[in-house]
Amino acid sequence: MLETAFFIVLAVATVITAILVIVQRNPVASAIYLIITFFCLAGIYLLLQAPFIAVIQVLVYAGAIMVLFLFVIMLLNLEKEKKPILRHRLSKTLGVLLGVVLLAQIGILFQSVLLGGMPGKFPPEKVAALGNTEVIARLLFTDFLLPFEITSVLLLVAIIGAIVLAKRQI
Amino acid sequence: MVPLSGYLILSAILFSIGVVGFLLRRNAIVLFMSIELMLNAANLAFVAFSRYLHSMDGQIFVFFVMSVAAAEAAVGLAIIMAVFRTKETVNVDEVNLMKW
Repeated sequence: MLETAFFIVLAVATVITAILVIVQRNPVASAIYLIITFFCLAGIYLLLQAPFIAVIQVLVYAGAIMVLFLFVIMLLNLEKEKKPILRHRLSKTLGVLLGVVLLAQIGILFQSVLLGGMPGKFPPEKVAALGNTEVIARLLFTDFLLPFEITSVLLLVAIIGAIVLAKRQI
Repeated sequence: MVPLSGYLILSAILFSIGVVGFLLRRNAIVLFMSIELMLNAANLAFVAFSRYLHSMDGQIFVFFVMSVAAAEAAVGLAIIMAVFRTKETVNVDEVNLMKW
């Protein structure tokens, strides 16, 4: 009962702040609302008994990525969009229409397809006994070791790419 | 307990908001924020399935999605800065040199 109440509050807050992200004219305000969205999602991850994911959501997304966004907005010294956000009324209607059609399609998919599968090896009791972070760490360094190592190469490429792109003269 | 469909519907709504934001906005940085919204919607679906199917693979995938999102944000924002330096704008309608 309490869980449902928490879920409804967090879900409504997530959707409202997500809508505010895309309707705000000022990019800084959009970024702040996106940070609030990420915090609400972290709360939802906690409800789903994924504390590790909730923490890295706050650390990586709300902390690192959004600070990067805010830094770039400040560096570029952007003013508010002077022209109206939307150029054509046609593109506005089409965009919203496509979004609604997409939502309807996903909704129909949920009702028609049997969402389920074979239960995996980690029921909640076992995860609670071992500890969520420990289970993830064990899997990362055994079953998912190769993707984990490839991720480090990806991050190295991203670092070098970002420096090369942002530098004035190489 | 909240049924799985509750989380999936929230995920679908978030994804649609991201798509609409991407289609409507003209500011490149806000477009990036819309992409982050869509990635988060996918993450939410992953974690929900992971919880209800008693498997940890979903949470591991979310970990990888987050690292890819971090790399994408770093490189994308560097590209935006390079574009701003030459064109003095981040409006995607005015960056149309490669448009046929």
